[in-house]
This record gives sequence, C-alpha cells and structure tokens, in this order.
Amino acid sequence: MQKKRVVFNYPSHLVDQPVISKMIKDFDLVVNILRARITPKEEGRLVLEITGKKSSLDAGFKYLSEIGVEIQPLAQDVKWHEDRCTHCTACISICPTKALDVKRAHMEVSFNRDKCIACELCLPVCPYQAMEILF
Amino acid sequence: MAKTIEEINEKIKKGKAVVFTAEEIIDYAAEKGVKKAAQEVDVVTTGTFGPMCSSGAYFNIGHSKPRIKLGGGKTYLNDIPVYTGFAAVDFFLGATAMSEDDPRNKIYPGKFSYGGAYVIEELVAGKDIKLTATAYGTDCYPRKTLETYISLKDMNEAVLFNMRNAYQNYNVAVNLSDRVIYTYMGVIQPKLGNANYCSAGQLSPLLNDPYYKTIGIGTRIFLGGGVGYVVGNGTQHNPNVKRTEKGVPKMTAGTLAVTGDLKMMSPKWLRGTSFTGYGVTLTVGIGIPIPILDEEVLQYTMVNDEEIWAQVVDYSESYPQCIAGSLGEVNYKQLKAGKITVQGKEVLTSGLSSYLRAREIAQILKEWIEAGKFLLTKPVELIPSINSGIVFKPLKERPIKKK
Repeated sequence: MQKKRVVFNYPSHLVDQPVISKMIKDFDLVVNILRARITPKEEGRLVLEITGKKSSLDAGFKYLSEIGVEIQPLAQDVKWHEDRCTHCTACISICPTKALDVKRAHMEVSFNRDKCIACELCLPVCPYQAMEILF
Repeated sequence: MAKTIEEINEKIKKGKAVVFTAEEIIDYAAEKGVKKAAQEVDVVTTGTFGPMCSSGAYFNIGHSKPRIKLGGGKTYLNDIPVYTGFAAVDFFLGATAMSEDDPRNKIYPGKFSYGGAYVIEELVAGKDIKLTATAYGTDCYPRKTLETYISLKDMNEAVLFNMRNAYQNYNVAVNLSDRVIYTYMGVIQPKLGNANYCSAGQLSPLLNDPYYKTIGIGTRIFLGGGVGYVVGNGTQHNPNVKRTEKGVPKMTAGTLAVTGDLKMMSPKWLRGTSFTGYGVTLTVGIGIPIPILDEEVLQYTMVNDEEIWAQVVDYSESYPQCIAGSLGEVNYKQLKAGKITVQGKEVLTSGLSSYLRAREIAQILKEWIEAGKFLLTKPVELIPSINSGIVFKPLKERPIKKK
C-alpha cells in the first residue's frame, strides 16, 4: 500500500465530471479530500491524500493524465522559508498535523512537508511570513 | 568576597573573564555552590528576541541643496509616514507606522504586511529606501519638495530608540469568547483554543536581575546585533507588583528604554513583524550582561523557568475592557513544554518570543566578553526598584467642557 499527497488541477470541462468517484470505484483507491476549490475561470483544484496498491495508484494516475488532469505532489506548493523563521513557536499550537513542530530541548522549529495538508492555518499566525502556500 | 565592575573589566581586557549564559549558570552554580560560583564567575549573559511596538529610530539625513525644512511638513520612507516635528532634516520613524492607504482592519482581519519596522529592517540590511517629502518653505529653507533614495550609510546619524523594551515577564493570552481574536499576542482561538506567551523566561534580562541591582542608566548591552545602551527605565516600568519569595515578578513589571547606533546593527536581530488583525511591530534582539558582584546577584541569575510564573489573561474581555483579573498562574517550564491547564481544560501553548534566538544572543554576548571586545559599564544610576514609590496609573479621563 502507498499513500500520496497530491494536488489535482482540473481543466474547466472536467469540473462537472465524477472523477473522484471513478478513482474510488474503478481503481479501488481510498481518497481523502483535504481541500477543494473551483476558480473563477472554472478550473478545479483539489488537494488529496490517496491510498492504494502501487499498481492501482499508477493506473488511476494514468487515467487522470489521459482525461487531462494535471497531478503534482503537494510538497511543491508549500514553502517554509527557514531564513525568515525566528523559531518563536507561534505556529506550533495551531498546526493540526504537527507538520510544524518544535524540538523542546532547544525550542527549535522544524517543518515536515510530508505531514502538511496545506490547511493554511499557519499563514495568519506567523508574524514573519515564513510560511508560503501557493494554492 | 564582592567584586567591582572595574575588577571584572580588568579580567575581560586580559581575556580571563569567566562568563556563563543565564541558562548555563543554573546547573553550574547549583553544582559548585553559590559561594564558590560567585567567586569564580564574573559575568552572566542574558538574551531576548521578542516583538516590541514601542520601538523606533531617529535619523539625520543631511541637508539638500537648496535646503528643505522637513519639520512641520510631511515626510515618508517607502510611503510610511515619519514624525517630523523637529528641525530641518531630523525625523523619527515608529515601528508601528503604516502607509496612509494601508486598509488596516477595514478588511478584517488586516494583514499589516508592511510598516515602520520593515523600513528599519531594510535600512539595516543596507537597502535603498525611497524618501518623499513636502515642506512649507521658508527664506532659509526654500525647497518645498524632495524625492530621493537614501540608505543608512549616507545618513549622518541613524539611531534605534526604544522607549519600552525587555519587559520583565508578560501575560499569557487566552480567549474565552466564541470567536477568533486577533491581538498583539497573536491569533487566539476561541474557547481556550490556545495560549500565547511572550518571554525568554530564564534567559530574559530583567528576570535575571529582578530588583535591578546591576542594570541602570548607561549599561552597555547587545542591541539589534550591535552595541547599545540602557537609557533608563522604559515606559510603564512598574516594579511594585506581586513577586515570588525570590523576588521574581509574577506579572508584567519592569521595562527598559534602550538606544544604539543602527549602523552597527544587523537585520537578523531587528525584524519587521506583522500580527494579523493587529498591526506591524519590531522584533528586537537584546542581551544584557550581569556582572556577578556578589552572591546575591549570582543567586538571582540562577532563576529557572519553573520559578518564573505568569498570569493567564483573557484577551477577549478582561484585557480590552481593562478589567483586572487572572485566570490562573502558570510557569515557563509548563509553557515551554507545550501545554497548560486553564479552568480545568488542557490548552496548547505557543511562544512569541524566540527562546532559540534568546539563547543565541546570550551566547554571542558571552563570546564578545570572552574575546575582550565588550567591556561592562557601571550604571550612572540604577533603574527604579520596589522602594521607588512608582505607581502604575491608568488614564483618568476627564470630560472636556464645552465653552
């Protein structure tokens, strides 16, 4: 079994298609939608966590590419500007997945992008604009 | 046996001074014993790196040809207004100043992504800043407009001046209401969703000298990465508060006014800071050396996070309405561990003052002293302590009579 956090970019002609439903029923994948948005130009953007066998994931992603959905790893869209971070820990109590965490012995903040779900809760909380999410 | 500042300075000059940070001294003195440690150790260095709104800087930019009198006119640095109520080319830039067209909280909560503090950070980083000014013109200062780039190195003087800094302890902010609140203590989630604190605790300067027995007017300090001086007590200095048996204030108490040459400072230690829904502020690095004159002074520096208590205050109602009252006391060991209990509920904590950076400042100051680059000063006068009779007054409003 594999787990992937990805961003899907839908072209406008697909926004009314049951694409996720096909992923679940036809490819036997477990899909957890973290965020979903349709832009004013009617392009869709989804952040999801997908779990399944490697062969199913490959087949599912192949299907998506064929119908025109762009796939990219979530990590690309989330940036922690370490040079701007002062390790104040303002983000620590708000981050729901502990992607932003602190080593208590030194009070040093770190960011683990694999745990980030791009919820953006850290954005208004960081006084130094150390977090950037391009979504 | 007591030591004098002069004796300590002689050792510093010879490269023989024994220096510990306020964190290192805790275990060292406990192990060695107070008497022996007080003899051996010459200086304990402290540090803090937290946001402080009552910060600013004044400048003299040199005279233009023909001359202009900025005083009484309007002057902006990167569109941020400065205070010009002085002579021709002196002005003061406040950390929280923002451009006139910033939406502030009209689109709530405002972002406050730029302001005076950012201009200070950029100047210190050596960047060019756009200066625009209008003046009324006089016979001796005929010019009425000025537009130019300026940078720190071109100015005659550029001086950081913070009228209140290095707060001795601070509130722990929580929110009892059912909506998110945006404060100078950060974003506070409803129904005790989180708790924000702001102190370096055991590393914080005034918590290591709780009765101000060594810190006073003229004390040389680490300021913003350069060297600065204590001007005196800061505004709202309030020594007469509830203290622990060891004299550590259990709430906001003493403050310092500090100053220093901006040209010697670094953008790492002077950071523009934005609190969503609140405003812009400046995060300032300060480190103060404490000369270990005797056993009593040493004992104060041995304070640890577990012995420093802070009051938990509701920022949805008590604070804004100026209603006295605390929801309880917690110590910095609990706050730094990440969880406290308030009204029976477990609440996650976040800091606003960087302990990691505070430690770095104490370490840098220690290295400066060990290398003989930084000598201690004997204060001209100590800042007022508990016997000063200072009373912290609220504003007494008096209605203005219509004539």
